[in-house]
Amino acid sequence: MTTFLELLVNGISVGAVYALIALGFVVIFKATEVVNFTHASLLLAGGFLVAKLHPALGFWLALAAGVAGAALVGALIEFLIIRRARVGSHGVLAIVTIGVDILLTTELTREIGTDVLALGDPWRDQVLHLGPIMIAETRVVALGVAAALITAFLLAFKFTGWGVAMRATAEDAETAALMGVRLGRVSLSAWAVAGALAAIAALFLCVFPTPGLDRSTTAAAMKAFPAAILGGLDSTTGALAGGLIVGVTEALMSGYQSQLAFLGRGIGDAAPFLVMIAILLFRPAGIFGTKELARV
Amino acid sequence: MSRRSRWITLGAVWGAVVVAAVVAPFYLEGFWLQTGLFAMSAAVGAIGINLLTGATGQLSLGHAFFLAVGAYAYVYLSTDVGLPTPLAAVVAVLLAGAAGGAFSPIAGRLKGAYLGIATLALIFGGQHVLFNAEPLTGGYNGRAVPPMELFGFVFADSPGLVLLNVPFGALERLWFLGLVVLAGAAAFARGVLRGRPGLAMNTIRDHEIAAGVMGVPVARYRAGVFVLSSMYGGLAGVLVALVFQRAVPDYFGFLLSLDYLAMIVIGGLGSVAGAVIGAVFVSLLPQLLTRYSDALPLVAEPGSGGVSPAEAARILYGAAVVTLVLFLPGGLLGLATRLRRVIPRIKELRWLNSAPAPASRR
Repeated sequence: MTTFLELLVNGISVGAVYALIALGFVVIFKATEVVNFTHASLLLAGGFLVAKLHPALGFWLALAAGVAGAALVGALIEFLIIRRARVGSHGVLAIVTIGVDILLTTELTREIGTDVLALGDPWRDQVLHLGPIMIAETRVVALGVAAALITAFLLAFKFTGWGVAMRATAEDAETAALMGVRLGRVSLSAWAVAGALAAIAALFLCVFPTPGLDRSTTAAAMKAFPAAILGGLDSTTGALAGGLIVGVTEALMSGYQSQLAFLGRGIGDAAPFLVMIAILLFRPAGIFGTKELARV
Repeated sequence: MSRRSRWITLGAVWGAVVVAAVVAPFYLEGFWLQTGLFAMSAAVGAIGINLLTGATGQLSLGHAFFLAVGAYAYVYLSTDVGLPTPLAAVVAVLLAGAAGGAFSPIAGRLKGAYLGIATLALIFGGQHVLFNAEPLTGGYNGRAVPPMELFGFVFADSPGLVLLNVPFGALERLWFLGLVVLAGAAAFARGVLRGRPGLAMNTIRDHEIAAGVMGVPVARYRAGVFVLSSMYGGLAGVLVALVFQRAVPDYFGFLLSLDYLAMIVIGGLGSVAGAVIGAVFVSLLPQLLTRYSDALPLVAEPGSGGVSPAEAARILYGAAVVTLVLFLPGGLLGLATRLRRVIPRIKELRWLNSAPAPASRR
């Protein structure tokens, strides 16, 4: 029972981090209808900046720089490439983002090489004892920060002018533009916000119990894709639910690996994708996604 | 240009291509033959994915999985089951198609980039199976691939064979098999694209609802094209396994799928020739850079800390994908057609400037 609880809490906290990544993904999709495959490399860029800068600047300043840097990279991708691409279909834009991803990931993994970079976080490997349950402090912080950011984000989405502009664009870009919403700014800010969220997620994906930032971090970041799509690509609630489902599934499957030996080693890594397929079979638009309707 | 002279030029170009392809193994060394064979197998796979992504607008990031199915099914069927190798290859392709068919509830319903994310499951699930199903796949170290044997002719180094003073080893023999397979695959895909199915596929890509209204069964077509392109993937897998002579799980990962996408974007979306051009480009680039790394600026030798040839190639074609989509949406093939349209016009302009225009042009 304690193992189960530990795994569950761990799963929820990792899931909250996935939800952060998925949220950025969904925001970009809502604002620009682009399925953004660069997301994993945005995350890697943020984490890399933190890892490289923290010996010089100290952790907090480095984190700020990492967040700002990733936001800047996101904004630059939007400004230099996505905005310039005059292509008919959004499917082709998705392929462009794959090209950008190949570029960024190759360069970043080359810089990282075979190293495992520490991020210099203040929590280190301390463990918190809650009654019989033991949980890493980093996981608790991750859960808290992710919850706070997501709440702040959803409130902003609902009540600020920026949020209204964003929602209006998602609803009907043309009408929004006629109403005076500046679409360029909306999409630029969406990419920047997504970059910033990804950088924070990078921090929590790379701290204890994970050894640090290395080449395989992109693979961890890829798990946010099933999180986003199984919740529904156009739904912020869906991103939250998807993140939690993916996190908990992964934690439980890896935790009970010895009992699930018939599924083979490392099932935790494949499980999120299998869950995604299972859900898409019943709800092709995701759990909270809006089903596309067309009148002819 | 008159119709007839165009036919003659076209015939001459194709004749030259065929002669070059047939003569190549007599002159090229093993390294180039192997590269060429990789390009051929990549071309087969790229044609398949171009049917899906280019012509129908369905993104797939999972095609490496179908290559793996083809390769491992061939190994398993020929070694463990003991089927004759040609039959094993055919069944392997069918099995890849069946794997695509099993995915069709998803492939038929999801569209475009959604499907792209869903197919990631094939990669990650597939890698999991490849590493764990050791009796079938040999686990991390993979399995040896038995050579193809067609009507008593073995596609391997022994028994030795010397043709016109050139020793004909496995690569030289496979070269011709590759040519035949590629030609067949290309002809079939061309037929599909030029016929009614091709029209239906393009309509689905351009306007799904319009396609539905005109009576195209959209979901069935999407699923069907997915199956067809996964069979192409399986065929490419069999071919690449024969060239490698060993199938290892690591090869069939996410990066391979990205390579295939890069091929069709660089070559030109939606056409057979585009897929072939892109496949040649993407397979040759890393090999060329490796071969001439000491002569090229900015490219370091592998392991020396600089940009290694493989990385340089990856960066180059990542950049190529972005710039081509931004500035040249038709890919390299589109560039060729554009030039073909522009050059006669330039000639005409020169001619106009030098002589008074004929009455018909006034």
